Amino acid sequence: MTALDLICSGTAEQCRPWRRFSLPPEAWSAMIAALAESPEPVLLGLWADSQQIHALFRDATGALIGSVAVEGGRYPALSPVRPVASRPECMIRDLWGHIAVGGDERTWLDHGRWPMAHPLSPRPGLPGGAVEPPQFPGVEDPGATQVPLGPIHGLIDEPAHLRLVTRGDTVLRAEARLGYAHRGILALMRGKSPRAAARFIARLAAETTVAHSVAFARAAESALETPVPPRAVAWRTVMLEQEQIAGRLDDLARLADAAGMGPLHAALGEHRETLLRAAERAFGHRLMMDVVVPGGLAADIAPDGATALRQVGDGLAEALPSLRQRLDPLLGRLDGLGRIVSGSDAGGDAAARCAARLSGIGRSLDRLRAALDALPDGPVSAALPAASGEGLDCGDSQRGTVWHWLRLDHGQIAACFPCDPAWSLWPLAETAMAGESVAEEQMIRLSFGLPCAALDL
Amino acid sequence: MSWAWLRSRGASPAGPVDEATAASLAARLDAAAQTRLGRSLAIRHVNTGSCNGCELELRALRGVFYDLERYGLRFVESPRHADVLLVTGPLTRNLREALEAAFDAAPEPKWVVAVGDCAVDGGVFKGSYAVLDGTGAALPVDLTISGCPPSPARMLAGLHALLEANARPERPGRSTRASD
Repeated sequence: MTALDLICSGTAEQCRPWRRFSLPPEAWSAMIAALAESPEPVLLGLWADSQQIHALFRDATGALIGSVAVEGGRYPALSPVRPVASRPECMIRDLWGHIAVGGDERTWLDHGRWPMAHPLSPRPGLPGGAVEPPQFPGVEDPGATQVPLGPIHGLIDEPAHLRLVTRGDTVLRAEARLGYAHRGILALMRGKSPRAAARFIARLAAETTVAHSVAFARAAESALETPVPPRAVAWRTVMLEQEQIAGRLDDLARLADAAGMGPLHAALGEHRETLLRAAERAFGHRLMMDVVVPGGLAADIAPDGATALRQVGDGLAEALPSLRQRLDPLLGRLDGLGRIVSGSDAGGDAAARCAARLSGIGRSLDRLRAALDALPDGPVSAALPAASGEGLDCGDSQRGTVWHWLRLDHGQIAACFPCDPAWSLWPLAETAMAGESVAEEQMIRLSFGLPCAALDL
Repeated sequence: MSWAWLRSRGASPAGPVDEATAASLAARLDAAAQTRLGRSLAIRHVNTGSCNGCELELRALRGVFYDLERYGLRFVESPRHADVLLVTGPLTRNLREALEAAFDAAPEPKWVVAVGDCAVDGGVFKGSYAVLDGTGAALPVDLTISGCPPSPARMLAGLHALLEANARPERPGRSTRASD
């Protein structure tokens, strides 16, 4: 039996539209054994609530969750067979106190500064469990030194600590430490209505605020079986594509800036700024925060919004061939840098990741203009009942697919989790840095476009 | 000493970016920086747990539309080179030490600017177990620029207020941070 078969043999829960199965402990262990045999299925995310551990896997149609009950505060770790589960397991222990048997024992979000331990547990403990600063494993090499970078680094960046083990100019091993931007979003959302909690999701990570807001809203709407008016669906598509274009332009602009290519940086920034100004005219917010809410949209779009977005889209489509040409030197600079093997968009070298962003802009522009051409009339929101239910749904961001799961109890959030694709991007970036020059750390990091806030919660 | 006037000047009503305002700001900033101040201000950005929204707008501020550097305001890599600490985020407990270290490393005289609703008072994250509700919990704040995130034009207006205040003859001495 494959791992997916084993998951589907569990008890089906009332989760919509993607399924969730509760597994008995022996089935969970059998699933781990099956995962060890094959790289499929891919683990997309891992989180918990006060009673269960939830593992999100990709399957042929989309995704599904396998859950196991936590017994005596413990559960068998997934990280030995899926290394990408390592950080989520640390996150689960820091927030809920569930221990992954066989997993990494270092703290991740908890830096020993909170007034309590395990803030999401029904019975939070006393602080003091965190060992600070964390130990970073070295390498067996007398000539090796450790280089600490961050959490404050770069000109304008997110807080992350990167520990490089180096010999001379070469990086032998890179390891990231995150959790600096932990704001306690899950605790703030608990007990609130989806509409009230959407403000926190909109501020989970600004560069993917629409993707997270849409995924969260869809999960809530599915849980409550409330269809959204077609006009809201169409506008959400426009906003998702708009956000992806702006995000990819920002990623490319930062790479150009770091490579010292001033004019290219300026040109990319100019296109991005034009997009943001059009977004402000249409949606009243440059980054489109708080526009998507569970049930539809917070308000209808400004009357001239579609025209403004259309104009900007047409202008960018026209400029795309020349931008592609001007990116050539940057692609040459990134050629062969930070090469990894991966089936995702992040695979290949930094130049490939850069080129993928440019082609992504082209695809998004096509979808954006198609959606603007077919905007239906009608209302933009539906009322959500204060009912109970469980939902799992997704939204597309420039970093990959964002998944949101939530369980509602009489209209209030009992448990929820935003699963960002960056959970799997950081380990890839660490692998990519090994063997490269220390000086290339920033370029490799930027080529992945690594967000922190979305993981720090 | 009351610095409320600084806040009121920094908090211009949000709205679409107005070309005329940006142009007039450019002229006023230029005059203040060149003739009265006679030097540039170096800014070290410190992220204390922001969602990255303020960072996106700060990066726009460096772009061709706003081009912060032409006013003599520039971002630097080290707090040791900074006149201004520009702080974003609600100040997570996990970043308090880093912020204080950056402040201690910056030479006198120095200014602290809290950018965005989070840095002003914690914003939407106010009251969470993991945040300290704004920059003011750790450092003396000289100027606040509200907004979620503040638009680049609004940030520019706030920094302009700082340049003008810096040119005033009497400047308060600021060497100590808020005690625990």
